[in-house]
Amino acid sequence: MQVFVNGEAHTLASSMALATLLQQLGYCGETFAVAVNGRFVPRTEYAATAMHQDDRLDIVAPVVGG
Amino acid sequence: MSDPLVLYGREFNSRLLVGTALYPSPAIMRESVRASASEIITLSLRRQNPAQQRDNVFWDYVRESGCQLLPNTAGCKSPREAVELAKMSREIFRTEWLKLEVIGDDYNLQPDPFGLVEAARELVTLGFKVLPYCTEDLVLCRRLLDVGCEVLMPWGAPIGTGQGLLNKYNLHMLRERLPGVPLIIDAGIGAPSQAAEALEAGFDAVLLNTAIARARDPVAMAGAFKLAIESGRAAFNAGLMLKRQTASPSTPTLDMPFWQQSEHLPQG
Repeated sequence: MQVFVNGEAHTLASSMALATLLQQLGYCGETFAVAVNGRFVPRTEYAATAMHQDDRLDIVAPVVGG
Repeated sequence: MSDPLVLYGREFNSRLLVGTALYPSPAIMRESVRASASEIITLSLRRQNPAQQRDNVFWDYVRESGCQLLPNTAGCKSPREAVELAKMSREIFRTEWLKLEVIGDDYNLQPDPFGLVEAARELVTLGFKVLPYCTEDLVLCRRLLDVGCEVLMPWGAPIGTGQGLLNKYNLHMLRERLPGVPLIIDAGIGAPSQAAEALEAGFDAVLLNTAIARARDPVAMAGAFKLAIESGRAAFNAGLMLKRQTASPSTPTLDMPFWQQSEHLPQG
């Protein structure tokens, strides 16, 4: 199964929850937030959110801004 | 005299809000924010990989500052994008405060008035304290108030141009027609004198970034803006004189010496 994380293709060996994918990618702590297919997914829903073929994830963190 | 800036029921001593972008280094950003005495700082969210996340000095400095965070939705071109990014901001920054940007034109980064109202309406419903970056259009501003925005942030000029208050007629009209509404000039301010002018005209505060960050000495410029904002506000509170078309002597004319002989005095 293929998903796109911040625009880059990732091949997953099996179907998995968003929480597992984030862990595999190395995201930890609480200074990031996630949207799947353009919709915000609250932290409390990571475990219950299943990844699907061609899902597009945006994972963002604080940066400078005006 | 106590003269706090009150936004969404919260009092601030400073009337200068500053951005955190474009500084030569995170350390200079930190010192500039301190020198500005700002209590509200803007920041944003962008895609990051875990490696970048582990070395985010900027974020450490921001947390240390103790400032009210005002995350923006810069770069969003649709209400949907802005609303989703706002939700992500609220989770990370743990604040309902939001500088709402919905951009309608890439060339001058002009706010999209229709998208702005639509996004603001939804975000207010979701509990956000929305500070919209808007144009100085009176009707748009009223619509934003109608959907629940308690603060408005009309532009002085397009972002990063440093042109100051371009449409003074509209801006002054906005101030006059919306008494009691906190109005913050956001964007386009290039010099402390322009910031002072905004405060003198009765605007409640100024939000700026580039003018400080791109100065030769950002820390010194932050201090200059602090003084200008304080000066402008003091002048507004003191009440400016009315402008007039013709000269009016400030020195008394009564008992002027030589008055009756003036036409006989030697020339030169």
